[in-house]
Amino acid sequence: MKRFWGFVRKEFIHIFRDKRTLLILFGMPVAQVLIFGYVVTNEIKEARVAVYDKSKDAITRELTDKIVSSGYFKLAKRIENDRQIEQTFREGEIKEILVFEPRFAEKLQNERPAKVQILLDATDANMANLLQSYTSGIISDYSGNIRVEQEKLPGPVIRIHSRMLFNNELKGVYMFVPGTMALILMLVTAMMTSISITREKETGTMEVLLVSPLKSMQIIAGKVMPYVSLAFLNGVVILALGYLVFDMPVHGNILLLLGETLLYIVMALSLGIFISTVSPNQQVAMFVSMFALLLPTMLLSGFIFPVENMPWPLQWLSTIIPAKYFIILIKNIMIKGTGFLFIWKETLVLLLMTLVFLGLSIKNFKVRLE
Amino acid sequence: MHSWMKSQYTIEAKDMVKKFGRFTANDHLTFQVKKGEIFGFLGANGAGKTTAIRILCGLSSPTSGEITVAGYNVYRQTEKIKRNIGYMSQKFSLYDDLTVKENFRFYGGIYGLSRKRIRERTSWLLDRLNFMHAMNHKISDIPLGWKQKLAFSIAIMHEPEIVFLDEPTSGVDPITRRQFWEMIYETAAREITVFVTTHYMDEAEYCNRVSIMDRGRIEALDTPDNLKKRYQVANMNDVFVQIAR
Repeated sequence: MKRFWGFVRKEFIHIFRDKRTLLILFGMPVAQVLIFGYVVTNEIKEARVAVYDKSKDAITRELTDKIVSSGYFKLAKRIENDRQIEQTFREGEIKEILVFEPRFAEKLQNERPAKVQILLDATDANMANLLQSYTSGIISDYSGNIRVEQEKLPGPVIRIHSRMLFNNELKGVYMFVPGTMALILMLVTAMMTSISITREKETGTMEVLLVSPLKSMQIIAGKVMPYVSLAFLNGVVILALGYLVFDMPVHGNILLLLGETLLYIVMALSLGIFISTVSPNQQVAMFVSMFALLLPTMLLSGFIFPVENMPWPLQWLSTIIPAKYFIILIKNIMIKGTGFLFIWKETLVLLLMTLVFLGLSIKNFKVRLE
Repeated sequence: MHSWMKSQYTIEAKDMVKKFGRFTANDHLTFQVKKGEIFGFLGANGAGKTTAIRILCGLSSPTSGEITVAGYNVYRQTEKIKRNIGYMSQKFSLYDDLTVKENFRFYGGIYGLSRKRIRERTSWLLDRLNFMHAMNHKISDIPLGWKQKLAFSIAIMHEPEIVFLDEPTSGVDPITRRQFWEMIYETAAREITVFVTTHYMDEAEYCNRVSIMDRGRIEALDTPDNLKKRYQVANMNDVFVQIAR
């Protein structure tokens, strides 16, 4: 056991003497969380909107106020004729124009549908989609209220009422905190361990370690131990940043959350060990980690693009991306507050992946020794 | 093996065979190495030297043959073998980002030496090298020749019965090589067996006995003088060329 701790100590010295490693370990997680949090956000805040009010009555004024006061929109311009519409979009500042038809209030009173048109600048399709759904949300909410007030009127009352459950403000943090965590932990553990193990192969120190009385399990455990603890620390930092800076909630059991985080770290580690057994040198280990881990983790895990919208080969591919399960897990725990009973399947998948990679590594290791 | 039967040999191999599929890397090697002997293990690249060393170090198990190292069986007692041997590769295998002292401490630690023992051995070995002043220098700041001597000192730090040196002098200048061989002699004088591979034929002359391997077999095994006589040549280089031709 004493030999083992001596080994861990040496590994920590490697980490703390290498500025690049330190930067990747501690600088990157914080930077990424902040960048994703502040820059890569698909929330709407004060989108510039113009109003073309052909009616100018109490209802249209009220509705306009409601939209503007929601916080998502900012009234930037009033338009007075049709020709101005195209011109306004061409100027590029304004993303949405609301057009109220003439005699809007009157039509509404007489229970004929009163029409409001939402024109959007769809050069940025995602943005246009979001703006459209926000606006219709506000309008249908308003018209719903009117109907309730006018109960005396006959006719079926049809209301579209969609609510975004668990994240009714469609907050981006709910997605990027789990996603960044999945990404960073994967990077720190799998990439750093595979590089540090292949470095020993390259410098020839691995040979000396293998000739020593240390068992190969002790060597591997000693190598990965520091990365487990540092990655775990990283996970806690990301969670804390999400909670303190971006108001990410933690509804579920915190111990369960930390336990699943640890499981994911161990999974990434076994993947890192596996990569090191198939890579002859540090460059290959780095390359494999980058292309086989980082890109799929970012693109196929559901972090940035929803898995449901992918063509089936990619959906199929996403089932072998560990980060996908981790993201599902921690979103469930943090946002919905679900207990272990509802996430045991994902936990099991991560556990199996860990065992598979460890098994493969041991097999490769033995083959190499023969 | 019972202790009273322990022979004068530290390495005994009888009909050692190692096959990889249909390829035979070691073809019935039979040799003994005496305690305190400097045993040269020569052969062209691919002759099977590395395979043999890996077996003797307990890294790989032979296909067949009776082999004991430091009195322990290579099939069943690899752990005990590992405790009783030292190993130095041509890459010198020190950690660049650790200081001299930290390298000693680390390697001493994995052989289970106590802290006190590590301190004693470190200062004794560094003192012998006149290198005490550089105790806290990082390995990356130290010239190659010194790294090589340090790597050797670390390989014998836990006072093994045998030390395996795999091309320990490759890439080192002649003066340092000479100093290195002085270290080898001192070590052998303290009853530590030195098992060394080399590409330099002048170094083969320094060995007590040499074996020359070719295509998986030991083609010759004797003292350098006897070998030169047998092949009627002036130096080991010519012996080697005759055999490997």
